[in-house]
Amino acid sequence: MAFPHRPDAPELPDFSMLKRLARDQLIYLLEQLPGKKDLFIEADLMSPLDRIANVSILKVRSLSLRSCPSFLFEQLCFLVRPRIKNMRYIASLVNADKVAGRTRKYKVIFSPQKFYACEMVLEEEGIYGDVSCDEWAFSLLPLDVDLLSMELPEFFRDYFLEGDQRWINTVAQALHLLSTLYGPFPNCYGIGRCAKMAYELWRKLEEEEDGETKGRRPEIGHIFLLDRDVDFVTALCSQVVYEGLVDDTFRIKCGSVDFGPEVTSSDKSLKVLLNAEDKVFHEIRNEHFSNVFGFLSQKARNLQAQYDRRRGMDIKQMKNFVSQELKGLKQEHRLLSLHIGACESIMKKKTKQDFQELIKTEHALLEGFSIRESTSYIEEHIDRFGSPRFFLPVLRLLCLLSITENGLIPKDYRSLKTQYLQSYGPEHLLTFSNLRRAGLLTEQGPGDTLTAVESKVSKLVTDKAAGKITDAFSSLAKRSNFRAISKKLNLIPRVDGEYDLKVPRDMAYVFSGAYVPLSCRIIEQVLERRSWQGLDEVVRLLNCGDFAFTDMTKEDKASSESLRLILVVFLGGCTFSEISALRFLGREKGYRFIFLTTAVTNSARLMEAMSEVKA
Amino acid sequence: MNRTKGDEEEYWNSSKFKAFTFDDEDDELSQLKESKRAVNSLRDFVDDDDDDDLERVSWTGEPVGSRTRPGSFQSLSDALSDTPAKSYAPELGRPKGEYRDYSNDWSPSDTVRRLRKGKVCSLERFRSLQDKLQLLEEAVSMHDGNVITAVLIFLKRTLSKEILFRELEVRQIALRHLIHFLKEIGDQKLLLDLFRFLDRTEELALSHYREHLNIQDADKRKEFLKTCIGLPFSAEDSAHIQDHYTLLERQIIIEANDCHLESAGQTEIFRKHPRKASILNMPLVTTLFYSCFYHYTEAEGTFSSPVNLKKTFKIPDKQYVLTALAARAKLRAWNDVDALFTTKNWLGYTKKRAPIGFHRVVEILHKNNAPVQILQEYVNLVEDVDTKLNLATKFKCHDVVIDTCRDLKDRQQLLAYRSKVDKGSAEEEKIDALLSSSQIRWKN
Repeated sequence: MAFPHRPDAPELPDFSMLKRLARDQLIYLLEQLPGKKDLFIEADLMSPLDRIANVSILKVRSLSLRSCPSFLFEQLCFLVRPRIKNMRYIASLVNADKVAGRTRKYKVIFSPQKFYACEMVLEEEGIYGDVSCDEWAFSLLPLDVDLLSMELPEFFRDYFLEGDQRWINTVAQALHLLSTLYGPFPNCYGIGRCAKMAYELWRKLEEEEDGETKGRRPEIGHIFLLDRDVDFVTALCSQVVYEGLVDDTFRIKCGSVDFGPEVTSSDKSLKVLLNAEDKVFHEIRNEHFSNVFGFLSQKARNLQAQYDRRRGMDIKQMKNFVSQELKGLKQEHRLLSLHIGACESIMKKKTKQDFQELIKTEHALLEGFSIRESTSYIEEHIDRFGSPRFFLPVLRLLCLLSITENGLIPKDYRSLKTQYLQSYGPEHLLTFSNLRRAGLLTEQGPGDTLTAVESKVSKLVTDKAAGKITDAFSSLAKRSNFRAISKKLNLIPRVDGEYDLKVPRDMAYVFSGAYVPLSCRIIEQVLERRSWQGLDEVVRLLNCGDFAFTDMTKEDKASSESLRLILVVFLGGCTFSEISALRFLGREKGYRFIFLTTAVTNSARLMEAMSEVKA
Repeated sequence: MNRTKGDEEEYWNSSKFKAFTFDDEDDELSQLKESKRAVNSLRDFVDDDDDDDLERVSWTGEPVGSRTRPGSFQSLSDALSDTPAKSYAPELGRPKGEYRDYSNDWSPSDTVRRLRKGKVCSLERFRSLQDKLQLLEEAVSMHDGNVITAVLIFLKRTLSKEILFRELEVRQIALRHLIHFLKEIGDQKLLLDLFRFLDRTEELALSHYREHLNIQDADKRKEFLKTCIGLPFSAEDSAHIQDHYTLLERQIIIEANDCHLESAGQTEIFRKHPRKASILNMPLVTTLFYSCFYHYTEAEGTFSSPVNLKKTFKIPDKQYVLTALAARAKLRAWNDVDALFTTKNWLGYTKKRAPIGFHRVVEILHKNNAPVQILQEYVNLVEDVDTKLNLATKFKCHDVVIDTCRDLKDRQQLLAYRSKVDKGSAEEEKIDALLSSSQIRWKN
């Protein structure tokens, strides 16, 4: 269990510096406001803030928690994401003050950056100038020793649905910061339109600030950028490694999870930080769920044995035991019972949902057999009305069916959509429209060639411009070609007999041996070749002909250790299953992966992002 | 997209926002100094922009912090912009009079680069269409969506919408940014104009329809939905929209009627099972369930009768039976359940049929705590023997398990099942009788 890294595996860089940096910058910004003030922090920023500036820091700064919206002081400071509705709210406050004849000072700190659209709203509302603006460039939160999150879940919808590139600069800035702190990346690879743009903009930044990273020894040898839409399939699957399952069941938020009374076996909920520091969690996080129980009970027996040692100890030994070991044992005991509780709760919930059947259906979809049975299974689940808990899972299965089959047969599409709207509400036709635009849920047939409008546009303009347009269109809804890609990349392992999940042989273990995550397979293949050579057909099938790139610099200074450190950047989010799979690959090959994601995601979050109706 | 003020207030007053207060009096000076030192030492990468001091404005508007940074590199272009009257944001929409004259005009690419850095930059001098478009193209080639939007805000203000739309039609990336921007700021009118211009009729219709989500009042929402009927949706969506309108119309009638019945207190079903929530804006299937629950026996002529709903919305048999079953089982109206599956053939014989498969009937009955006798009856109707045996075992329908084993002549399985029934129970006796019977030719 908990396979150790190879002895030659490189050390991870220390990312705690990023926390310190963000914290100090925030303190610096707040110091610019002398005197008493009310500080508002947007809900979405609370958890990330909590991770870098713990309560003690806030105490040092003498911030006291107060409820909104009563204001005590003559200065108001807002710490917000750059969103229009935030601007409108601030404007309503300021304008109300103006009407009441109150004069106050207002400051907005945007994180991670301000947008011109926000300033435009401030101007339109007549409060430009009354409000001063600042930016807190906090865009990299180390959630764990190998996981950096930008905590921007909206990236997914903004780019992959709306085609808005507003976060690309944020990504480029984040990469720039990393290369400033940890040296240049000698080898760069990427796939996806967004990946390419982020890469180009980042390069531009580096050129402009020429010299800053020159001469630095690279700490991280490779960087790999990947768009989420290159692989929707993996993100849509039910997760069965422990960390993924905990995320799917309880929702891990900003690296911590709220375990309810059913887990803690008390009347209280408990907020638990899940990372490498939790020794029990660390050993089971990447394990297939079927192994976790056995592991935990073994662990419990060991613990019991250690407790039992105190029998037959003399006074001196006992003193040693109490002062040195007991605390650790107690801590372990606490964690152990927590994770056992979580497992039990997961088991209960999954049994109720007929998880086994669900997984069977997913595997059938991935492998491409019994499509009719799978379709009826989905239909049956749409019919289970009155269970809002099925609202996202069913939609997810529909998307999985669509992507693996290159779209639904029109007859099925119509009938399933109608049933869905009847069961979950007619307004979801907006959700279906979104899913279609993003290419997540489409109809076979004329639908997957150019739409009428698109062809009209292409007819209007010729040659070069038309090329541009088709490019632009192909970035969104496009044929998935999953079956062909799966064949080319061998994503469905051929197994003789049982796949031994205790001794995984490949990355497929994260999906019970049924499927190697596409995203991870691509990364593996490119790293092996140090290029896209020989993968042309795959790249073409992924519709990424123009968006797969390699960039190697002649860097003699890169140590062999750094060359086994790989930063993987997921644009649009990555799942814990993908993280586990790559950690496994790393252990096999002696690499270590570092993950940078716009946010940790899973199938439910993807579906929520596409939904027009708030559940 | 037009958020009402109420909406917004609700959003902000909800517990999502937390407020802090802090006052400096408690500040420990040493800590302050320490963090300042830390910040200063980190400057080199925090402040990667040499004009960054512009952004740091104290409450009085005076730049704060150390203005001189040894070793900081100042490019020629940056130096040129160093005019005393500093402004702290791009002046995208100010009246012309407020703009300073730049003696050195930025090229489109410089302008875009400065915009990306969040620097002061006037766009006013880009007056010819050609200049404006060049600016836009520079922004697009830079990939920064924020800058693209900034340029679009300027173009939207300084070009007639026909020209703007015409130019964006062949610039899809910029077009997408404009559409998203209009959605976000809630400029529904211009958005619809744009879709109309582009001949994107379906998006136009959907955009209009989306607005209903912001209307809380049921009657107003219904009236609004009426305006959506006939919009250029796809054929299938047109039907959905029509259904949406009809459904809400029905729900309003049912709601008013049932509210009245409930408060009058004369109707048994409402007394026994008070309504938990209003039926307004619920999905169709939920409405059908409600109607099967409260109005099951009503004649087809009433709006609230299940049969009427089934007809009006062409609810498939399967869905209808499932929903009715769940509602009647919840009320423990077993006779109704029975009737749902009973069909008569032309000779007058009755037969049990279920369009959904009896295994699902059993599951739903079990979920509603049906007694064993009822469950047993339906488990027996499951056709597939394995499924039948599984369900019977799962729901402890002993007789069915025992009889099935007997029919299968599966002595081993029967023997195994013996350990699962209570000692000395009638089931055990029955099993023992079968096991000792000489009439059965066991297969094992």
